[in-house]
Amino acid sequence: MEGRPARDEQTLIAELGAFALALALALSLAQVGLSIAARVKGLAAVRGAGEGAAAGAFLGVILAFACLIYAFVTSDFSVSNVAAHSHTAKPMAYKIAGAWGSHEGSMLLWCLVLTGFGSVVALTGRNLPWRLKTVAVATQGLLGVLFIGYTLFASNPFERILDVPIQGASLNPVLQDPAFAFHPPFTYLGYVGFSVVFSFAIAALVEGKVDEAWARWVRPWTLAAWSFLTIGITLGSFWAYYELGWGGWWAWDPVENASFMPWLIGTALLHSAIVTEKRGSLKAWTVFLALASFSFAMLGTFLVRSGAITSVHAFATDPTRGVILLTIMGITAGAGYVLFAWRASSFTGGGLYARISRETTLVLNNLFLAAATVAVLFGTLFPMIIEAITGKPGSVGAPWFNLVFGILMAFALVILPVGPLLAWKRGELPGAMRKLSAAGGVALAAAVLGYILVDPKKWLAAVGCGLGVWLIAGSLTELAERVKLGRISRAETLRRLGGLPRGAWGMTIAHLALGIFALGACVEIAGKIQASRVMQPGDTLAAGAYSLKLDAVSDVDGPNYLAQRASITVTKDGKTTCLAKPERRTFPASRTTTTEVHICPQGLDHFYVVLGEERRGDTGQPVWLVTAYHNPLAWLIFVGPILMAVAGGVSLSDRRLRLGVAKRRTATPAEATPS
Amino acid sequence: MPMLPKSLKARRRLGVVVAAAVILAGAAALSIFALGDTVSLFYSPSQAAEAKVPAGRKIQLGGLVAKGSVEKFADGSIHFVVTDNVQSMKVTYDKDVPDLFREGQGVITKGVFDSHGVFKASEVVARHDENYMPKEVADALKASGEWKGDQPGMSKP
Repeated sequence: MEGRPARDEQTLIAELGAFALALALALSLAQVGLSIAARVKGLAAVRGAGEGAAAGAFLGVILAFACLIYAFVTSDFSVSNVAAHSHTAKPMAYKIAGAWGSHEGSMLLWCLVLTGFGSVVALTGRNLPWRLKTVAVATQGLLGVLFIGYTLFASNPFERILDVPIQGASLNPVLQDPAFAFHPPFTYLGYVGFSVVFSFAIAALVEGKVDEAWARWVRPWTLAAWSFLTIGITLGSFWAYYELGWGGWWAWDPVENASFMPWLIGTALLHSAIVTEKRGSLKAWTVFLALASFSFAMLGTFLVRSGAITSVHAFATDPTRGVILLTIMGITAGAGYVLFAWRASSFTGGGLYARISRETTLVLNNLFLAAATVAVLFGTLFPMIIEAITGKPGSVGAPWFNLVFGILMAFALVILPVGPLLAWKRGELPGAMRKLSAAGGVALAAAVLGYILVDPKKWLAAVGCGLGVWLIAGSLTELAERVKLGRISRAETLRRLGGLPRGAWGMTIAHLALGIFALGACVEIAGKIQASRVMQPGDTLAAGAYSLKLDAVSDVDGPNYLAQRASITVTKDGKTTCLAKPERRTFPASRTTTTEVHICPQGLDHFYVVLGEERRGDTGQPVWLVTAYHNPLAWLIFVGPILMAVAGGVSLSDRRLRLGVAKRRTATPAEATPS
Repeated sequence: MPMLPKSLKARRRLGVVVAAAVILAGAAALSIFALGDTVSLFYSPSQAAEAKVPAGRKIQLGGLVAKGSVEKFADGSIHFVVTDNVQSMKVTYDKDVPDLFREGQGVITKGVFDSHGVFKASEVVARHDENYMPKEVADALKASGEWKGDQPGMSKP
């Protein structure tokens, strides 16, 4: 059995993991106690000890996590979590990924990220007001106590089973996938990244002060969490797209909504924090969003876990634990909102702004994002709402979400390119409109073209295409305005281009990327062509401009599965463009079947081929149901969000936003806000 | 105007509040208005029979896929029976079912009854978890007294 070490040695490793986790719990408690004491008594040494405890807690969870990975790598089936989710025949990469594929393991990952961020907060930020920082470290420690405590006592990944099985039950085969191996870590980096923002909001409420330095700290954390979450959601969506073989990428399933709501709130926070930082306005609202971002991250994760809402792909539902997690969430978020209600009125001041100003556009952005989040929340909770009212379960479908969310977002997208062209305090709408007239013309043309070209007529999709182009052209206009393209010498324009702050690049790229995504999503939804047919080798099927021919179906042995693999020739205009090899894999260890889609990239389009289950034809010959999709501009749907995350990274690399420089900033001409 | 607050700041704040109220009210109205044709209620076969769901109304029909009832046809369609062990109903679907669709397992189908009482599904949902039992199906089975344990199909290694 591939060199399994002796039992005694394994036993030690798992117990060591549990011990390290217990140690981390103790250190988190110390972190809370010491930090509170330091805040009350004002002792620098005690404060340092609290910060040291935060770092120690992180080391403890790292050790625990390493032990869990070790147990998975060595297939130690005496650990019940390993027995339930691993298998000796599983590829090594998925043995490791299996460590966070289960509920217990994913909670440990949550704790790892939580304490990791906590120790970054503790060990950096020497320039922050010490009171604010100490309260934030204490809050982060309190979150650590709650979640490590939960993991240790209610969901221990190191739990033993007495009756050690010879073989494990394996990880659900659909999860054995590269995109899915990285989806949870990125999503958790996003969710838990908001915990830092949450802790800073609590600290601001306790200290009764929100200033520029506070906003300068909250912004990079929000940006980092938001960027990670963007990558996490995109990976999840891409995984669902090619692994589940349904030809779609977003179904408004509760699990998807759960990750999308904190993203929407995070996006709103990203924008309101700018106003707080630059203009000192919207203080209370920014603090509220900071509380809401982490509340939504917790709500989403645990609502689905609790099984209260049925989801197509909720893994590891467990009502008892779900209730505990929801209780933890209720206590944490509830305490935050009570504190908010009590203290938020102390946040006063802030610059006045005219009706036409950049502030106004950012306020509108926040209002529409907040309304969209509430709408998504309503749709997600609808099954509970309708059951409470009528006593009958039911749900709203994807069309409801598409319509409601689509319309609310459309308003936000219309305003978006105008904002960056308006000045702070008082802007000139006619001037901005004049600058955007070319972009508007192109967008209008795209919408009209979209309406004419697509049959049957879909006006909502046409509006969407127009908005996508509006964002792309609007962002480019904004960039051209910044460098005064065409109004000054080319050399001067290039010099200005080189001198643009990274934060400005980040904004332009992110808005451009949103346009790319919107365009891709609308064209894909409106122009998707699906064709399916039961085929035997030699048969052909037409899908739009493409046609495909099933050449053969053969049996293939994988490392831990058996597969049927089709050889399909895809032709367009008589020319072979792709040899598709979609598969159906059967995993004997868990007796499940998965679909391996073959995607032929055609420029920006995808030609997507799915092989169905073998069945018997009229004369008893084997036949297969082959489904093909032509998804126009499908690449843009995934490229757009990844580009958004990259834009977040570019902004983060701006020295004004770098962690720890919050107070050291001196205004230089290059950093002056462009008007 | 005497109705408005005097200070410019308070007036601006009032403006923001009014804008927020208008947008949120609009969003709420839109949400409710859009509900009309998109809500689908869940029925088990017994409940659907009792409620005499009219043909053409979009609902969700959920239960267990009856053992031995699945027929796959050469035109790509599939017929099967959804049962709660009290009532059973025939379902037709013209696409390929999800990978985890299996006889004896829980399933939720979305679609309409035709005039012959056959359920034409436009969507079939089976979850990617082999221990899957949708909450609605579990509740319906409990209601009909056909519930068998908390985790049907649970296979211990």
